[in-house]
Amino acid sequence: MTTILQKMACKIRQDIIEMLVLAKSGHPGGSLSAADIMSVLYFSVLKIEPDNPQWPDRDRFVLSKGHAAPVLYAALAERGFFPREELVNLRQTGHFLQGHPDMLKVPGVDMSTGSLGQGFSAAAGMALAGKIDQKTYRVYCLLGDGEIAEGLVWEAAMAAAHYKLDNLVAVLDYNGLQIDGTNEEVMNSAPLADKWRAFGWNVLEVDGHDVEELLNSLELAKNFQGKPTIIVAKTTKGKGVSFMENQAGWHGSAPSPEQAELALAELKGGNAHV
Amino acid sequence: MMIAPRLAYGQALVELGQENEDVVVLDADVAKASMTILFKEAFPERFFDLGIAESDIIGTGAGFAVAGKIPFVNAYANFLLGNGWEQIRISVCYAKQNVKIIGHNIGASSGKDGPTHLPLEDIALTRAFPGMTVIEPVDGIEVKKAVKALAEHVGPAYMRVGRIPIPVVTKEDDEFVIGKANILREGKDVTIIACGVMVSKALSAAAALSREGLNAEVINMHTIKPLDKESILKSIEKTGAVVTAEEHTVIGGLGSAVAEYLATAMPVPMRIVGSPDRFGVCGTYDEIHEVLGLTVEKIREAVRDVIILK
Repeated sequence: MTTILQKMACKIRQDIIEMLVLAKSGHPGGSLSAADIMSVLYFSVLKIEPDNPQWPDRDRFVLSKGHAAPVLYAALAERGFFPREELVNLRQTGHFLQGHPDMLKVPGVDMSTGSLGQGFSAAAGMALAGKIDQKTYRVYCLLGDGEIAEGLVWEAAMAAAHYKLDNLVAVLDYNGLQIDGTNEEVMNSAPLADKWRAFGWNVLEVDGHDVEELLNSLELAKNFQGKPTIIVAKTTKGKGVSFMENQAGWHGSAPSPEQAELALAELKGGNAHV
Repeated sequence: MMIAPRLAYGQALVELGQENEDVVVLDADVAKASMTILFKEAFPERFFDLGIAESDIIGTGAGFAVAGKIPFVNAYANFLLGNGWEQIRISVCYAKQNVKIIGHNIGASSGKDGPTHLPLEDIALTRAFPGMTVIEPVDGIEVKKAVKALAEHVGPAYMRVGRIPIPVVTKEDDEFVIGKANILREGKDVTIIACGVMVSKALSAAAALSREGLNAEVINMHTIKPLDKESILKSIEKTGAVVTAEEHTVIGGLGSAVAEYLATAMPVPMRIVGSPDRFGVCGTYDEIHEVLGLTVEKIREAVRDVIILK
């Protein structure tokens, strides 16, 4: 299983590069950092039916860091929610893959996002609705580490703990970088795990590129009762493409065709992860 | 008869809760002021306090709507629209979610709490959103009908609810349809289009004007968006002059909506009665209305102005 998930993560990374080079814009760094997390979620953890994206009892996934749309689109396409051929139309006028996820346009997108913090708040609302309806579905939400500077994140974190939303699982893509530099330089969020614990969350810390650790932590989260869980997944921004790794500059700029070729060669050559 | 819109609102929510199990009510620690406490007492399992967190209450409401619920989200209008505006923009309007946003203590309702607590901009802030419905019921009777209509209407909506008892100008069996204005008084010399408490003042102005020989038509424009253009045009074709009145700034509210339409459809002499471009003051409800010019006399003056220009 782990090999399959690693391979899928590598595939998702290739999709990301192929999408962004054609779109000539977009966010590679924070998409690549989350590829393993998304592979594990979409190919092992989430209870979903690609042929029936509105299945009422499905698990929900909310990409609160909406700018990482390419990693979500790649995962959805690879999982069969829509044809892979659509990926090349990312950010093109007249096509449905918007720069940030639009639930009204893209099958499998459970919440429109793009303004940081909001997806997390909506995810908590979905989890609360699931509770009062005694549904068994779970709500998963991917947060960025820069994103958690938004005050709304902490309003929602407080509410999720208050309402004991143990059907809500947040995964924090802790890649340490944001647009203007490192988290430490821009807005220091440390000590991260302590903050979430203090807000009443069950906190797990994992290597966000280790699919086995991710699988195990998501399994633990599933069985944890009485509190929402956050998995602080330590990642590398730009993971899998050597010249993008740990470079804040790759937050929001697309590779040139030459750079994309290099990146794809690395990913296909297996230097990335597998 | 005077009814506080908020009281009618709380009662209407309870009735709605009995009829529709999908209705949930969210409040931001002001349940006793918004009167959602009545719903909380009747249906504690469907009431959620989100605390003093007006951004999160919108996001949570959107999440409820995604899951198929009909959330009524309540807070003071100034905080809800101020702190929650961006969440309303993306999570509610862009995502086309069926969230009912209820702004309380509108206009001068908060009185002596002063300018920080006097929302005079909320119509402008909500009217700008694509797909948003904006409603201000005219009285306590209409509030109840509006609550039911909102629950049946699918899509984002904002409703203003006042705290202070205001005159009742409609009857139980009067029709209320979202987007369909009601003519409360027919006339031929001028059209007065108003919303909320200003409708009763417009009716008073019209009565006074009739003693001067002027015959004013008074329209209750309870739905500010989508605007009932047909009713406006029909009336203006007859009267050739228009005055609007609202408990809101003259920038971006009902008057602006009417002006935007008439500027291209049928330009006629027009005056907008509302708060000038300023913040409110501390005072009683009536004192603040006096200071901001939200008065029967201002409506009469405006009518005289447009009639001279005809």
